[in-house]
Amino acid sequence: ASGAQGPALVEGVGLGMAGADSDDSLYPIAVLIDELRNEDVQLRLNSIKKLSTIALALGVERTRTELLPFLTDTIYDEDEVLLALAEQLGNFTMLVGGPEYVHCLLPPLESLATVEETVVRDKAVESLRKISHEHSPVDLEVHFEPLVKRLASGDWFTSRTSACGLFSVCYPRVSSTVKAEIRQHFRTLCSDDTPMVRRAAASKLGEFAKVLELEYVKSDIISLFTALASDEQDSVRLLAVEAGVSIATLLPQEDLETLVMPTLRQAAEDKSWRVRYMVADKFSDLQKAVGPEITKNDLVPAFQNLLKDCEAEVRAAAANKVKEFCENLPEDSRETIIMTHILPCVKELVSDTNQHVKSALASVIMGLSTILGKDNTVEHLLPLFLAQLKDECPEVRLNIISNLDCVNEVIGIRQLSQSLLPAIVELAEDAKWRVRLAIIEYMPLLAGQLGVEFFDEKLNSLCMAWLVDHVYAIREAATCNLMKLVEKFGAEWAQNTIVPKVLGMANDPNYLHRMTTLFCINALSEVCGQEITTKHMLPVVFKMSNDQVANVRFNVAKSLQKIGPVLDSNCLQTEVKPVLEKLASDQDMDVKYFAQEAISVLSLA
Amino acid sequence: MMAGVGGGNDFQWCFSQVKGAIDEDVAEADIISTVEFNCSGELLATGDKGGRVVIFQREQESKNRLLSRGEYNVYSTFQSHEPEFDYLKSLEIEEKINKIRWLPQQNAAHFLLSANDKTIKLWKISERDKRAEGYNLKDEDGRLRDQFRITTLRVPVLMPMDLMVEASPRRIFANAHTYHINSISVNSDYETYLSADDLRINLWHLEITDRSFNIVDIKPANMEELTEVITAAECHPHQCNVFVYSSSKGTIRLCDTRAAALCDRHSKFFEEPEDPSSRSFFSEIISSISDVKFSHSGRYMMTRDYLSVKVWDLNMENRPVETYQVHEYLRSKLCSLYENDCIFDKFECCWNGSDSAIMTGSYNNFFRMFDRNTRRDITLEASRENSKPRAMLKPRKVCTGGKRKKDEISVDSLDFNKKILHTAWHPKENVIAVAATNNLYIFQDKIN
Repeated sequence: ASGAQGPALVEGVGLGMAGADSDDSLYPIAVLIDELRNEDVQLRLNSIKKLSTIALALGVERTRTELLPFLTDTIYDEDEVLLALAEQLGNFTMLVGGPEYVHCLLPPLESLATVEETVVRDKAVESLRKISHEHSPVDLEVHFEPLVKRLASGDWFTSRTSACGLFSVCYPRVSSTVKAEIRQHFRTLCSDDTPMVRRAAASKLGEFAKVLELEYVKSDIISLFTALASDEQDSVRLLAVEAGVSIATLLPQEDLETLVMPTLRQAAEDKSWRVRYMVADKFSDLQKAVGPEITKNDLVPAFQNLLKDCEAEVRAAAANKVKEFCENLPEDSRETIIMTHILPCVKELVSDTNQHVKSALASVIMGLSTILGKDNTVEHLLPLFLAQLKDECPEVRLNIISNLDCVNEVIGIRQLSQSLLPAIVELAEDAKWRVRLAIIEYMPLLAGQLGVEFFDEKLNSLCMAWLVDHVYAIREAATCNLMKLVEKFGAEWAQNTIVPKVLGMANDPNYLHRMTTLFCINALSEVCGQEITTKHMLPVVFKMSNDQVANVRFNVAKSLQKIGPVLDSNCLQTEVKPVLEKLASDQDMDVKYFAQEAISVLSLA
Repeated sequence: MMAGVGGGNDFQWCFSQVKGAIDEDVAEADIISTVEFNCSGELLATGDKGGRVVIFQREQESKNRLLSRGEYNVYSTFQSHEPEFDYLKSLEIEEKINKIRWLPQQNAAHFLLSANDKTIKLWKISERDKRAEGYNLKDEDGRLRDQFRITTLRVPVLMPMDLMVEASPRRIFANAHTYHINSISVNSDYETYLSADDLRINLWHLEITDRSFNIVDIKPANMEELTEVITAAECHPHQCNVFVYSSSKGTIRLCDTRAAALCDRHSKFFEEPEDPSSRSFFSEIISSISDVKFSHSGRYMMTRDYLSVKVWDLNMENRPVETYQVHEYLRSKLCSLYENDCIFDKFECCWNGSDSAIMTGSYNNFFRMFDRNTRRDITLEASRENSKPRAMLKPRKVCTGGKRKKDEISVDSLDFNKKILHTAWHPKENVIAVAATNNLYIFQDKIN
């Protein structure tokens, strides 16, 4: 197939009459090839990204015999060039003549798999994994597997770490003798001298276990897992946790207790907080992998310990998992376990000394209400929500407010509104503008849940106050917020409540506030519709075209361009056009520029 | 056995090489500020006050030159740091290299970390011996070809060329230190390292430059309550969770990173009770620790204060197991050393490959070695005078009271401008590198 494809594809690239005697068709390719060595990294990168074009022009034969040998030795380049090269080679099979010749791609990828830069190495491994599937079983044993062995026994740990990621792709497709060799190589790497290689092996252990026959999982993998999980290096042990989770999914239930649980239990009580953190972080996956019985007997006490860990990082990681853990508990005993074992720990976390722990909890605690139902929520969770709404740390309060929807479904938000309001007001007036920004973003959500009446009464004035905040980012977010509120409450509400206030600001002595009027109009015109825009907003915009501050005037031009599509064509021609024309002859450069731009965009010329 | 620190029972130290200009007036930028062998001892790096790093490579031992046992030649020189200005604080940031640490070798290239007061950089030193040849659009000498004459495409071919050594900056770890960085140390997990300044210690991942974790912070809420600063810090050579840091009060804290994310609470506290009889105005200044180094075995650590070197067993916190006087004769001169600021000099110290001997510097271009087994000590001098190839180093003696004997030097004639602050010992062999102002001396053993 490859022979027939060569010339046909060349035409496809748009080289016109393909062939060696056509002179100018080769020119662009010649440039690309020369630029592979250009001093400018961008040009080299550009050439590498078009490597397939070069290869097509050269044809499969010359790609194999000339281009690839050249690429194999050009590993001196910048990371981004090497990264692009590693990626390109993963898609090169057809360009070297199809699966039959795919092994020609191994040498350049092999040298890329030994560079020190992790991203490049990982990309080379990814491409190697990809092309491994294009090898015939014979080629896999003749070409690919020897490459894996070479990498696995390389002098430098970079090559050995790369090897770890390749075992699992060739294992399923080789003979049993070779399989035994592969298992042996993997074993060797698991006890490598350097922690880097052991880390690479530990991180690929789960994936390798998946392709092994069950008997070898039990005999080989378990012993490797146990060894890695008690490695002297913290960084190795913590990676073994994840492998343990994958291995647990592969084993029949009856083997879990003897083969993996002792090690996982030990990990949950490891001396190093980083390992315990990892257990907490992977807790939901672990829970799914070991099933309901072990969860009830083993994981519940383990989870309690993690929630009470002496290191705040671990408690925070565990707190993050509270909702998921509770959700995944077996249904028959879920409520009892939560009420008797989990909730007491959660109550303590609400008054934790560390704010990260509290805010992690606040981001998931509301989710418990759907699991526990109305009565339990009112009795047990509500006091916790209320306590967190009064927390000294704004992030905790924000996290509670941002998850109000879960509670709303169960008990309705009214129960909370008494405490909610002071919390919102306090956040809305927080000295840190990022906190104010965060609460603005939840306003539409809150408005939707609290209803229009409550909103008008309590929150509307806050939303308007943000429009004159002294930080631009807040004023900007406030205009966007208004738009979202109108989307929720409708144009009529807008006309009655916010439009008059917004337009009122057009007479403010501060030009920044006058500009905010324009920004609000930009945001609101579309959601308010043609009638309100033409009748109420447009006259104000026109009036502002005479503002003494040029910044306001050119923003008038920008606003007119923006709201133009909402207006009808008669209005555009008879009212907007004269104003823009007047602005186009303004003495200020910028006003002129934006007026002319608006005229041409709105096709009023 | 390596018992012979000198003295002649097993071997004697001989001159091997001296690097750097001979001129009497030394340019400030040329003063060597750090010396470090790599893990195999094949490479030796120096950093200077001008922000440059010079790397020497040991020559392959050749059969016909049996007597020259692998000299060190310049392998690569590069500008690691440039002077900078912090506009927010109106502070100049010197380019001076405070520390160099080699990374374990991971492929054919070599990597090192170099730090000035504020910024740490990861450098790659690699070799290139091939060059691509053959362009489509121009000749080898750069003349453009007529594009209409292109009838075939040329793929460049790699041709051998003279060896070229390149140093390229791979990562820049910046903006994490408010105070001056005094130490960097690579962890035995080979993926993290720590950097210490006067008040804080940060933990970095070698591949991540935009964040680091603060693991020790001794900055008091009110800076007027400041009584102590961090003077040096080092990771344990094998246990990835252990590191130590020394303080200006002469104490050392050992921390376990497993216990908590923030290592404010130490797990061990090494301190020798002060002898009340020798207490003076200078006690606190001279007890400040200027360097701390773990032994290769990881069982001991060594600290250097102004007048002595102490070896501590990690299992014994209340006193050092060995104490060596470096230049006790200066005790009576502390007043003048205070006046000329020499008392604040930060001498470093190092172990030999088998932990059986230690070396540290002194004044007058003298450096001291102590044999831990025989308790013998020796004073040697880094000097141009006996810099003939393979010339044996004569032990020097400082006259301490009484009549000055022949060959002895009186304390008053010591030159305090010639100080040896930085020394390094080859990790496997008896080869030492001694930085004397702008000169780097290399000495080797000679077996009798």
